[in-house]
Amino acid sequence: MLRCGYALFWLLESVLLICVVSSVKGEAVVTREGSHLKLSESSHSNESQHGHSSNITGIPIISFKWHHVETPYLVAFWVLVSFLGKLVIEANHHVTSVIPESALLICFGFILGGMIWAADKVQTFRLTPTVFFFYLLPQVILDAGYHMPNKLFFTNLGGILVHAVIGTCWNAASLGLSLWGCQMGGAMGDLDIGLLQYLLFGSLMAAVDPVAVIAVFEQVHVNDVLFIMVFGESLLNDGVTVVLFNVFDAFVSLGGPKIDAAEIIKGIVSFFVVAFGGSLVGLVFGLLISLLTRCTKNIQIIEPGFIFVLGYLSYLTAEMLSLSAILSIVFCGMCCQKYINANMDENSVQTVRYAMKAFANGSETIIFVFLGISAIDKVIWVWNTGFILLTLLFVLVYRFIGVFFLTWILNRYRLVPLEFVDQVIMSYGGLRGAVAYGLAVMLDENKIKEKNLMVCTTLIVVYFTVILQGITMKPLVMWLKVKRAAVTEVSLLEKLTNKMFNHTLVAIEDISGQIGHNYMRSKWKYFEENWMSWILMKPSARKKQDQVFDVFHQLNLKDAMEYVTEGERRGSLEFVRNENSIIDFKKKSESESFDINNANMSNDHGAMSTTSRDPIPSVSLEMHEQIMKAVREAEAINAHHLLDQHLYKSRKQHRHRFSRSHFDINRDEKEVQEIFQRTMRNRMKSFTSAKMGVKPPKTIVKHTQKEQQQKMPNGKSMDKAKTSYSGDEGPNSVSFVHPAGIENPAFMPDLDPMDLLQIPPWLGESELDSSMVALSHRAQVDLPRTPSNLRRLAPLRISTRSTASFTLENIPDTQQMDSDQLQPPPPPPRPPRDDGYV
Amino acid sequence: MGSRASRLLREEEIEEIKKETGFSHSQITRLYSRFTSLDKGENGTLSREDFQRIPELAINPLGDRIINAFFPEGYFVLVIFREDQVNFRGFMRTLAHFRPIEDNEKNKNPATEPLNSRTNKLLFAFRLYDLDRDDKISRDELLQVLRMMVGVNISDEQLGSIADRTIQEADTNGDSCISFNEFIKVLEKVDVEQKMSIRFLH
Repeated sequence: MLRCGYALFWLLESVLLICVVSSVKGEAVVTREGSHLKLSESSHSNESQHGHSSNITGIPIISFKWHHVETPYLVAFWVLVSFLGKLVIEANHHVTSVIPESALLICFGFILGGMIWAADKVQTFRLTPTVFFFYLLPQVILDAGYHMPNKLFFTNLGGILVHAVIGTCWNAASLGLSLWGCQMGGAMGDLDIGLLQYLLFGSLMAAVDPVAVIAVFEQVHVNDVLFIMVFGESLLNDGVTVVLFNVFDAFVSLGGPKIDAAEIIKGIVSFFVVAFGGSLVGLVFGLLISLLTRCTKNIQIIEPGFIFVLGYLSYLTAEMLSLSAILSIVFCGMCCQKYINANMDENSVQTVRYAMKAFANGSETIIFVFLGISAIDKVIWVWNTGFILLTLLFVLVYRFIGVFFLTWILNRYRLVPLEFVDQVIMSYGGLRGAVAYGLAVMLDENKIKEKNLMVCTTLIVVYFTVILQGITMKPLVMWLKVKRAAVTEVSLLEKLTNKMFNHTLVAIEDISGQIGHNYMRSKWKYFEENWMSWILMKPSARKKQDQVFDVFHQLNLKDAMEYVTEGERRGSLEFVRNENSIIDFKKKSESESFDINNANMSNDHGAMSTTSRDPIPSVSLEMHEQIMKAVREAEAINAHHLLDQHLYKSRKQHRHRFSRSHFDINRDEKEVQEIFQRTMRNRMKSFTSAKMGVKPPKTIVKHTQKEQQQKMPNGKSMDKAKTSYSGDEGPNSVSFVHPAGIENPAFMPDLDPMDLLQIPPWLGESELDSSMVALSHRAQVDLPRTPSNLRRLAPLRISTRSTASFTLENIPDTQQMDSDQLQPPPPPPRPPRDDGYV
Repeated sequence: MGSRASRLLREEEIEEIKKETGFSHSQITRLYSRFTSLDKGENGTLSREDFQRIPELAINPLGDRIINAFFPEGYFVLVIFREDQVNFRGFMRTLAHFRPIEDNEKNKNPATEPLNSRTNKLLFAFRLYDLDRDDKISRDELLQVLRMMVGVNISDEQLGSIADRTIQEADTNGDSCISFNEFIKVLEKVDVEQKMSIRFLH
């Protein structure tokens, strides 16, 4: 099946592509450059456009203006093709579980490139450095920085820096020198490459590529420390690469004899300036973002925009000052993550997260596809077996040597040493990627004669590492039994104990009289809490700052979501509301707002449409927001928690008992009575209130009632609405809020020991509902005052079980069945309590 | 009294401590000098007041709990001094919980479990919760710890529900307390070896 779909997709895509390519060809011979597809020969196309317009004699109704849209059209089209490729690849899970996505995307690129080449005979699409560094890379890195686990990163910062700085220098120097040595030894034939050019080549090959590392390691869930070592290194070594590349590039331009000690010292100084300057720019922008989000209370809609724009600006600023742009954007993301998450509205945080992931994933896809497409180009393929094979060998071997040596030194100072298998994976994870390719393409052909050979070799190394090492990474991790990342579910005790560990360690350091890591961390935390947070965080957000509470909040949110899903499955959230109001009443807590929210929630949910009195437009999307708000409210948390306990257990125990066709499983006499009593009381109450209240003009009543009934499938809100309307009261009146609480108290003791009765709340509710159906049917006879109203009620109560299957036609059978089964006892007297509320 | 404090650590004593706690010779002598500098009463033992004089502990939310952990109350049967004093051996024994686990210690036979094993580290943390030493964390005990560690912005009611939920999460046998086994189970995936270790200077 899947394969079939795969093939189909292919077919579709290739047809599309060929169409476009041939149409482009037919139109004009336009040289397009890069994915970005700028019109390099704009004059040419302009010409053709001119010619076109001059031929027109009348006003054309429709004209085909390809050149008018060509550039953006091609960009969009290529993005689409890449995404379609990703879609197809992702659809084949059995393939992606063996071969990493990045490798598949590159192969997809090969095929696309082949098709273009077959059609065009010349490779016109290529990944250009400008496009890569300015439009594709920033969002990937920003995403990495924003989602960086800060604590883990800074705990291992020493190790990461050692690998990123010394390791990269080692890789560059050893590769350059070895290749040069081999050439001197005559292993590569006649090549016009000097020592400096070898070193330049080494420096561009040295850096481990963040994009490739993310892509491969994301699918192999190695333990956190190992991941952060490889990933952190790949991010930070950019500073080193940029410096090395620039320095050697300058040296090559200067020429050998002019390089003296002063130049070399300048190079070393520039390393520090570039690295620290870049980080500093990033920090400044990060703080700026934090400050800005502090004041965006009234325009939350543009909050996410600030993060992306300022993040990008930090990248460009660093680039402009010729500092390390990658470092800048990484630190920008890392620095602001805590504060913006606290400052921004929950919706904005979600937006930022999703948009960030979407952008990063998108450009990652495009990068890999274009890496593949770039390969199909005759010009760059200059084969030199010796050079290519030796480069591959040296890259791999020196990586291993470097990692093992540096880790050996580091392990003497590490609290928990890196194990041998970790080191193997670290070495093996030294993937090269698009950064190296981008730098290689940037080489100046005039200064370096063998540029094409270098580009070609770089591409081969990239393919080798991404495809071969990527594929073998997973088996290797399994085979070596590398400690994998634990799939952690946040638990409160865990969080609390973690916090406790931190405090304990600080205390023990204090007692044993030494200033260590934990001491520094505690000092930093103190500074951060007292100064940074004070400046950068909204006062309201600052108050909520507590990790344990945060976890609690998260857990509650998750539960709330699960309830909604569960309710959706059942067709209504009424059970939540009822349970909740019972608890509220019992606790005598004033969580009215929560109640309202919940009521709205169930209303919206049942009807999926706007009710006239509802202040919030009730698109189903809004539900999410409402829950969030509800949960956020301090007093609601308490109620919610009780609700949790109440509902959760029973659901776990009784899920299997729910069945739409057998909802009369455990209906015993006692229950029926309770339910009957309850329903009758509701009826009575709503009728009396309807009778006593001042009725608005008849037409309006009919209209609103009809609307209400259809909007609100559950009986409670129905009653509520009726009360408020017939009583001539506004939507915000007290009587609107309370009814949910009123109906239940009398039955509280019956509903409360739900667990004992082995009824999950919703099952109980659905039973209630079904019995209500019967009652309403009966009630028509007993209380003829508003028969139409009751007839309406009946189907709607059924619909609580499933709004989807709600139709008026199928109601009568159910009604009939229920009323047959029921032997309703006489209505009990109303408890005096109710009167006070109505 | 004064004469005992000023004495130097004897070699055989160092050897014994080394064997018991796994600290190196230089670590022991360094910690001994720290011990004597903390010992203001100069009687060779530390009292609670001695600990409380450490200024940083005063701002540590768990400071007093950790000081308590140094004083053997019942679970160390070896009560030479009464519970308000701790000698150097006891001091070192407590600190030994925080020694990182070294490679060669991993495969030792479980009978002679070192003080810095995972279980012992966890037990230490567990004891910080478990005030009454009944090997169970009750709701009240949890609430006390929460109060210490959570900001003042959270109301008692919220804290109560956090405590309830915490217990509910961890409690598998339904006694609304967290036993040590349940505690271990919850922290199964936490890298306790790393998180409960500090680097002692040589």
